[in-house]
Amino acid sequence: MTAAPALELWGVRKEFGGQVAVDGVDLEVPEGSFFALLGPSGCGKTTTLRMVAGLEQPTAGAVSIGGRDVTGTPAHRRPVNTVFQSYALFPHLSVLQNVEFGLRRQRVPDARARALAGLQTVRLAHLADRRPAQLSGGQQQRIALARAIVNNPSVLLLDEPLGALDLALRRAMQLELKRIQAEAGLTFVHVTHDQEEAMTMADTVAVMNAGRIEQLGPPAELYELPRTPFVATFLGRSNLVAGTVVEGSGGVLGVEVAGARLQVPADRSAVSDGPVLLGVRPEKVRLSAQGEPPPSGSNVLGPGTVTDVSFTGVSTAYQVDLGALGVHEVFAQNTTGAPTSRPGDTVHLAWDVDFTFGLVPDAAAAS
Amino acid sequence: MSLTMALVSPAQGADGGASEEVAARRRGRTGVGLLLPGAIYLVAFFAVPVLALLATSLYAPVPGGDVGQYLPALRWENYAAALGKFWPELLRSFWFALLATVAALVVGYPVAYVIAVRARGHRLLQGVLLVLVVAPFFTSFILRTIAWKQVLADDAFVVASLRWLHVLPDDGRLTATAFAVVAGLAYNFLPFMILPVYASLERLDVRMIEAGGDLYAGPFTTFRTVTLPLSMPGVVSGTLLTFIPAAGDYVSASLLGNPTTTTMIGQVIDSRFFRVLDYPTAAALSVVLMVVIALLVTAYVRRTGTEDLL
Amino acid sequence: MSPVRLRTAPEIPGHRSPRRWRLADAVVPAFAGLAFLYLLVPVAYTVAFSFNDAGKSNLVWRGFTWDNWANPCGAPQVCKAFANSLQVGLLSTLVATVLGTLVAIALVRYRFRGRALANLLVFLPMSTPEVVLGAALLAQFLTLRVPLGFWTVVIAHVMFNVSFVVVTVKARVQSMDPRLEEAAADLYATPWQAFWRVTFPLLLPGILAAALLAFSLSFDDFIVTSFNSGPYTTFPKFVYVSATRGIPPQANVIGTAMFVLALAVVVGAQVVTAARRRATRTAAARPEGSAP
Ligand SMILES: Nc1ncnc2c1ncn2[C@@H]1O[C@H](COP(=O)(O)OP(=O)(O)OP(=O)(O)O)[C@@H](O)[C@H]1O
Ligand SMILES: [Mg+2]
Repeated sequence: MTAAPALELWGVRKEFGGQVAVDGVDLEVPEGSFFALLGPSGCGKTTTLRMVAGLEQPTAGAVSIGGRDVTGTPAHRRPVNTVFQSYALFPHLSVLQNVEFGLRRQRVPDARARALAGLQTVRLAHLADRRPAQLSGGQQQRIALARAIVNNPSVLLLDEPLGALDLALRRAMQLELKRIQAEAGLTFVHVTHDQEEAMTMADTVAVMNAGRIEQLGPPAELYELPRTPFVATFLGRSNLVAGTVVEGSGGVLGVEVAGARLQVPADRSAVSDGPVLLGVRPEKVRLSAQGEPPPSGSNVLGPGTVTDVSFTGVSTAYQVDLGALGVHEVFAQNTTGAPTSRPGDTVHLAWDVDFTFGLVPDAAAAS
Repeated sequence: MSLTMALVSPAQGADGGASEEVAARRRGRTGVGLLLPGAIYLVAFFAVPVLALLATSLYAPVPGGDVGQYLPALRWENYAAALGKFWPELLRSFWFALLATVAALVVGYPVAYVIAVRARGHRLLQGVLLVLVVAPFFTSFILRTIAWKQVLADDAFVVASLRWLHVLPDDGRLTATAFAVVAGLAYNFLPFMILPVYASLERLDVRMIEAGGDLYAGPFTTFRTVTLPLSMPGVVSGTLLTFIPAAGDYVSASLLGNPTTTTMIGQVIDSRFFRVLDYPTAAALSVVLMVVIALLVTAYVRRTGTEDLL
Repeated sequence: MSPVRLRTAPEIPGHRSPRRWRLADAVVPAFAGLAFLYLLVPVAYTVAFSFNDAGKSNLVWRGFTWDNWANPCGAPQVCKAFANSLQVGLLSTLVATVLGTLVAIALVRYRFRGRALANLLVFLPMSTPEVVLGAALLAQFLTLRVPLGFWTVVIAHVMFNVSFVVVTVKARVQSMDPRLEEAAADLYATPWQAFWRVTFPLLLPGILAAALLAFSLSFDDFIVTSFNSGPYTTFPKFVYVSATRGIPPQANVIGTAMFVLALAVVVGAQVVTAARRRATRTAAARPEGSAP
């Protein structure tokens, strides 16, 4: 028998005076996992988190924590803790008193010792007597984390906890958070709008857009096989072309795109007939000069004109204008040492059929 | 609504947006429960009495009754009679209050400016100066008004000097004049002017003034275009907190004025109430005073674009 | 006094002459100095005349004496009036502070129907002159045949103080991050605990300031008191009533003592906070010895 998931949401919906902030979210977060909620600003991430914490009541739907329905339970009786984006450290209490706060409210007997241990975990035990105002942003962030984790919550909610930190500190804190999560074995729900952060840290990423979860899965899966145009473009970059499915046999769909014939594996396509949006990640695409025969099992588009070449060190990014099909991107690893094409060159784009994915076109998805 | 904003230590920049948002989340009974005791109190001892005053202002004398005996009625003539008789006192009250407010602003603004801007960073100095502004509250203001009487007395230093300088004629005097009354009013409400202005200047970022200087504005231009507009909320609060009580005051006028040319409406209301037992007239004058002030305040606040203070 | 300098941008050479700046720098403080003189001359008079060998009337200087200070209750009624003022002040401050603080929290933190009306109800007493407040309440007491005295004075003082408390505390509530209360709830604090452990300590400076303001307004009130006190005498009323016959110098002794007390309390508090600030700053500056 498997344990109940740490957190489940069933059809959770939230309206603010008629405006829908969260539009029917279903989620299941397994015990001990690092779960990231990724989405653009205003898509409802904070609202979702607040409904889990009990700081907001859902308009419809249910929330359960560790298998127990907590939908009507007030915040102070839920076994979850939050790391607020602004940290919300109590300015009138010392660092140690801040960390002790939750333990004392729960009447934990050895509150002080556990608080000190929590400070040790975030390596700030030497600042126990300071006031929050006397700490740097990064230190405050870690105190907020310690204040939450000492309570050993069933779910730890982190609302863009690294948003206010500079890039170097962000990277360091990402590793630190992962270490603490692994050591403590806690379930983390981490809200962010930084796709790189979500992918490097989480076991499972849920991509949210306009109040809905568009897709959910391990980062690699989301990246390799996005299921919606939004995910394909929000999580990494994609070249997308619209076409129509014209044949389907042997597990491969044939798609007609502006006169060319492309293929996509049937199990990588969200549609099996009619209009489809085909996509491929830019680093999967190769440039082939005119006349060069494409390898078998490839999709080919072109010819097009190289409009821009930017060398970024590890790789080179090419912009290729395919006329009616728009401008596409190609990332090439710098294995040969120099860019192979220059602006003005006429090229074809080629990629492995197996890297192609098929999506429901935007208009259809919206209706 | 922060008419006074803070007669006290200034608040840090409020996170208005966030608190709006959170406030919107909390509704219902708890808020009403917190509000209720205070609201009931104000209804019982402010709103109801004011309505009762309104009723009293329309009472009619008991036919053939004693002095001070009245019957509930709707005698609107009371207003015409009261205004017909006491309009000079009413006008004078607003005029004196206006003069006193301007004087308090002229005197108080530099004080607030020096404490908030010049002394910034010198916390102890700021503290001491603020105490000097507030502490006179604690020597009873009646004692201080009487002290003014002594300062301005005919045989005291000030009048003697002014006579010697020929600013005053040899038989000129300051006590029992309109000048003394206005000076006394301005003096009494000066802390109410200084503190709100101070609070708004204290919040003002000195870098704004620097920016004004950087843009090649002279000190006066910088003051007019940067400092003054930014301290406007404090100025509005301060002028209201001075003007309103000054218009209804009768202590300064009765201690520093004379019985004929400096009588203010507060004195009239007081004597109608206690000496003449003419309650309807006293009530009618009170209502007029209150309504006129409410109209003036509304117009003033609209005019200065500081409605959100209310 | 250390020289106070305007901390503006460094002077730009060739634009403004430094001399003009120095003149402007001096004019405003000099004017403010005169304003302070205006503010403090009557206080100085009050202080000086507490040492006057007054006899009957304390309006003319008759010579220096310690007698008034040695015997502050020497004049009939003066200490009684003072004690009455303290009682009224303390009680009305307490009630007004509690009521006003609750209203302030409700108005900032909650949304409910009638909120605008409540705002108006708080605003109106402040924009009503004291004569009107006093007359209205007196009319009410007379109608209900409430005997005038200590309680009617307290009721009146609470009434005009509530609004000032609301406004003062409101500013403080507005500047307080509402997330802190949410964080407390998130950390298992019941609403009651969240209030006492987070909200209240953070509002305390504002509440104290409001209480101080309320006390000084009550202690110094004359107009509303004179309407609603009947035979009851407070200190300002005592002074006003005796003004016609001659105020005993003991009144000046009490006024002076209150002034000095207020000065001492606030300066003392300033010195203490300054010392504490210095202490924490040195603590914060301590090297992070045990850092790994
Ligand atoms: N209290 C509220 N009242 C009204 N609308 C609200 C409230 N809180 C949030 N919203 C709206 O709900 C939507 C979702 O807000 P939310 O704060 O959850 O976004 P978010 O995904 O956390 O965004 P961000 O990345 O910018 O933090 C937004 O359109 C927001 O304007
Ligand atoms: Mg958010």
